[in-house]
Amino acid sequence: MRNKSSRFAIPYVVWMALFVVAPILLMVVYAFTSAEGGFTLESFASMGLYLDVFTRSFKLALIATAICLLIGYPMAYLMAREGRRFQRLAMALIMLPMWMNFLLRTYAWMSILENNGLLNQLFRAVGLLRLLGVDHLELIRTQGAVVLGMVYNYLPFMILPIYSVIVKLDASLLEAARDLGASSLGVFRKVIFPLSLPGVLSGVTMVFVPSVSTFAISRLLGGGKQMMLGDLIEQQFLGGAYDPNLGAAIALVMMVIVVVCMAVMTHFGEGEEQAVVL
Amino acid sequence: MSKKELIRLSDCVVKFDDEIILDHLNLYINDKEFLTLLGPSGCGKTTTLRIIGGFLTPNSGDVFFDGGRINDVPPHKRQVNTVFQKYALFPHLNVFENVAFGLRIAKVSGDEVRRRVTEMLELVNLKGFEKRPISSLSGGQQQRVAIARALVNRPKVLLLDEPLGALDMRLRKDMQSELKRIQQEMGITFVYVTHDQEEALAMSDTVVVMDGGRIQQIGTPEDIYNEPKNAFVADFIGESNILDGVMRADGVVEIFNRRFQCLDGGFAPDEPVDVVIRPEDVDIVSEDQGQLKGTVTQVTFKGVHYDTIVDFYGFKWLIQTTDYCPVDSRIGIKIDPDGIHVMKKSAYSGMFGDYSSYSEEYDEIGDAGVEPGGEDSGDEE
Repeated sequence: MRNKSSRFAIPYVVWMALFVVAPILLMVVYAFTSAEGGFTLESFASMGLYLDVFTRSFKLALIATAICLLIGYPMAYLMAREGRRFQRLAMALIMLPMWMNFLLRTYAWMSILENNGLLNQLFRAVGLLRLLGVDHLELIRTQGAVVLGMVYNYLPFMILPIYSVIVKLDASLLEAARDLGASSLGVFRKVIFPLSLPGVLSGVTMVFVPSVSTFAISRLLGGGKQMMLGDLIEQQFLGGAYDPNLGAAIALVMMVIVVVCMAVMTHFGEGEEQAVVL
Repeated sequence: MSKKELIRLSDCVVKFDDEIILDHLNLYINDKEFLTLLGPSGCGKTTTLRIIGGFLTPNSGDVFFDGGRINDVPPHKRQVNTVFQKYALFPHLNVFENVAFGLRIAKVSGDEVRRRVTEMLELVNLKGFEKRPISSLSGGQQQRVAIARALVNRPKVLLLDEPLGALDMRLRKDMQSELKRIQQEMGITFVYVTHDQEEALAMSDTVVVMDGGRIQQIGTPEDIYNEPKNAFVADFIGESNILDGVMRADGVVEIFNRRFQCLDGGFAPDEPVDVVIRPEDVDIVSEDQGQLKGTVTQVTFKGVHYDTIVDFYGFKWLIQTTDYCPVDSRIGIKIDPDGIHVMKKSAYSGMFGDYSSYSEEYDEIGDAGVEPGGEDSGDEE
């Protein structure tokens, strides 16, 4: 039985080997070689130049993840505790933007945030700009705009895993907690939250990883002034600063940092479950 | 046992949409008693329990606890704890922390938590399991954790919602006596919900039989078994043959046009009644000595006895006997006066107590439409 059914996994294994494992190996090879093909650590050595890009990327991704968590958790919690009609409606509203093209959505934000965009026009119309004595507010090409773009695009990835964990919680567990003397807050603190941590963990991963490596959001909303790792890597492959070896090295370092972060978080998450009762 | 009233449900009505779940229920529960709510699924027993636990507020009616009205008191402020049907243990906590949950909420000091949890785990025979994760426990062990978790808070009342339903037969029997022991050791009130009549009879001081959102009968296990109030109770508790009869005088009931001595009285002359005859109260004798004569249609060996289905004038009886009577043999039966129990007619009359469905000839009998006590039986005499 086992051998028979495992045969169905062959296409997936081949796919993974060809398009996941092989590129990663290629990336490692590139990272440790020079343009001529010899072994070198030069790519890593020259990376120090880009330290600010690294810190900016991780800083913005962390901020975006934190905001997603702060907005997404209450939303997911509310959705999970409400009736089915509300759930369906909320789910539709969350998914709706995702049916639109990612670039289109981000361009929309550009026209909202521009110096002569919708928001500035609104501020001008209500006299806010005259009050402040400026021609326009700097909304676009700021770190705030990049974070906004990340939150807007990746918020559903925070809400959905948390929602699906909370909605599956056994109602009798919550009744048991109340029965044992817990107030609504106590039930949340001691039962719902600890049991929803796996959802939080996957939500954080699913927001943080694409945020830290994004290049479209930072290019469009950061206006090239807020360069992030994604932009840097893209430049090494497609841009003027053509250097695939450096690009591979940066990508590798980023991957290692992300994996380490996730490992620490998972470990922390397990510890949390025990710690929360004390 | 003290007879102090602890809980009173007064005229409680519960409706979901237009469906009536509890129909003007009145019930009082004494301090330190083991009371069982017994009935088929959908009878309102769990609803009653949830009202006491505070998880449900009745649409109308009042709930009193220790003299005070508690309709609006939320569950976490009631001196009541619940053992849930599927235990509802916290999967993220180990055995110790599950039991300690209520004490932690109440901010009991660490030393006392340790002492009381240890004491409880000893009571339920789970000493040494403190650090075990819940997922590593068997059903019976999880059950014990759930009981310890509820009892550690020293509630005045423990509510148990079909707690043994998920356990296998052997374990269930063990847990029955264990629960009874725990109840007596702790000296508190247990309100126990089950659909298993054997369980109810074995454990309870008081049994409340429910059906259709109403209490059908309240009494001791002996009362309920020996003196059922209507056909529903007689059928639900144990096996019963329920026959149409007519009360000719105090102590004389007529079944199938034959007069039988019984111990019941107080009925109007010639009042139609339901007559309950328990399968174990029927003695099989030779045909010519029998008060009634019939044909054996089916025999099933049950270990202690034979379940023997006998056709008396078209009405099928279940008789439990240690004497083997082969199928198709003609037998007579004798019933002592204390084996006959007479009940007033009720809405349940005619719905239970016929063992035709036991028979392979069910369809044939059904089509024949024989009326017991009709003219056919007259010919036999």
